[in-house]
Amino acid sequence: MEHTAQTMSAGARFTDAQLAEVRRLQALYPDKRAALLPVLHMAQDTFGYVSLDTEAYVAALFDLSPAHVHEVVTFYTLYFQQPKGRHVVAVCHNLSCHLAGARDVLARLRTHLGIEVGETTDDGRVTLLGVECLCACEEAPVAQLDDRYEGRLTPERAVELVEQLS
Amino acid sequence: MYRETGGYSALAKARAIEPAAITEMVKRSNLRGLGGAGFPTGMKWSFIPKNHTGPVYLVINADEGEPGTFKDRYLLERDPHALIEGMIIAARAVGCALAFVYIRGEYVQPWRRFSAAVAEAYDAGYLGHGFDVVVHRGAGAYICGEETGLISSLEGRKGWPKLKPPFPAIKGAFGAPTVVNNVETICHLPHIVNRGPEWFAGLGTKTQGGTRLYSVSGRVARPGVYEASVSITLRELIYDLAGGVTGNGRLKAVVPGGSSAAILRADEIDVTMDVDGLRNAGTMAGSAGVIVMDETVSIPEALMVVARFYAHESCGQCTPCRETTGWIYKMSERILEGKGRKQDLDTILDVSRRGTGTTICAFYDGAVGPYISYIEKFRAEFDALVS
Repeated sequence: MEHTAQTMSAGARFTDAQLAEVRRLQALYPDKRAALLPVLHMAQDTFGYVSLDTEAYVAALFDLSPAHVHEVVTFYTLYFQQPKGRHVVAVCHNLSCHLAGARDVLARLRTHLGIEVGETTDDGRVTLLGVECLCACEEAPVAQLDDRYEGRLTPERAVELVEQLS
Repeated sequence: MYRETGGYSALAKARAIEPAAITEMVKRSNLRGLGGAGFPTGMKWSFIPKNHTGPVYLVINADEGEPGTFKDRYLLERDPHALIEGMIIAARAVGCALAFVYIRGEYVQPWRRFSAAVAEAYDAGYLGHGFDVVVHRGAGAYICGEETGLISSLEGRKGWPKLKPPFPAIKGAFGAPTVVNNVETICHLPHIVNRGPEWFAGLGTKTQGGTRLYSVSGRVARPGVYEASVSITLRELIYDLAGGVTGNGRLKAVVPGGSSAAILRADEIDVTMDVDGLRNAGTMAGSAGVIVMDETVSIPEALMVVARFYAHESCGQCTPCRETTGWIYKMSERILEGKGRKQDLDTILDVSRRGTGTTICAFYDGAVGPYISYIEKFRAEFDALVS
């Protein structure tokens, strides 16, 4: 794994406790590769996003090629390949949320934050996304603010919630 | 609390029954898969090779993602032990010692809640002792709800569906025989064991037993999850349970089983919600996600929204799906902007039909459901935009 050492960034290292957790996760499955998604979640939580360097680092932990890890990281929407805001605000724009005014919620957030969907505020506080069905349609329109769902949004309520994010 | 209300009481009964007899019981109950495909559950189990000596895996599909569906989230958060108890029963039936619960990545709270319940079940001794459960988190991809895509993802790959055969029952997760079942399907098992398959079968129709959970959203007075017989009609569901239509109060159209189900007009809702009832109506029961639209809703706008979804979620493996979903999204957008060409509508219908049945998984056929039905059933609305 020579290429790993060359491309790894200095910061992208797990602690010993985290490495033990990686080994625990790998041991849960018949094939340790199955722990790749959970370990990539861990990496993103630790390093903020999944850079090419992080991909190479994680690949080495799994004896996988960095290309395999890159393929996985780029396939799923929850892995960020660029630095993201301290908070991610993901507004669902699928059918039930659309019918309940999701477009107005997104429009207001764009104006309020001064960014387009997919962008991060200059102060690094918020990344704004439009996402597909979060499967909480009974509370449409819905947004995911980091780990939690917030439903029955109005444009005003959405701004209020976003302003509570530090 | 779960035990106080009879929880885990089915386990002793299930342990007294031979594994093959549990499968027979589930067959007699007419339980059908409630994730979308509606395949008979007992039959699915019976495809696991009888003389197999290596591991057999049970994989629970908690990758809920079908637009308009949210029932599995309720089960994971509010009745997690029912899933665990059902899994123990299913595992006995198919000879499984290790099971995986694949929860969509966005469901952080359900994942935490269900993981806590699994820890409780270990502490109480229901898990361990020859049957282990691993809770696995996805990372955001609708296609992983497709059972072979889910297996690819569980194995640490991108979630590309696999060609069948071999079916997962022969060669599934990690190359071993695998049963993939939806959360809600499994949650019915303790009740089937406790009350008997005839009781369960009697709750439904001749070809599908039981009740199921309907996710009702859109323009209704009381959106939410409703449990009712599979023989309930769509009209009863909308007007009796969900409180009727809001907006201008007059029904225009309904998505009966998640966005991949063909849309029904207001005059088509006297149909039972079972798998065969909706199939006979030219649509599908799917995941029982019901999205209600009143007369003020623009169907071309709804088409653009669902077309955007399918374009975004196509995994890119098969050419007809990868190319067509993006193309149709672009056409639906320009139609909506008044820039559509007259032939766009027929082009959408034509390419939809040509692509049907040409891809590895059912994703594209699912996308075609709305493409064709929205245009055919509300053609005048589309024509007005392109004339």
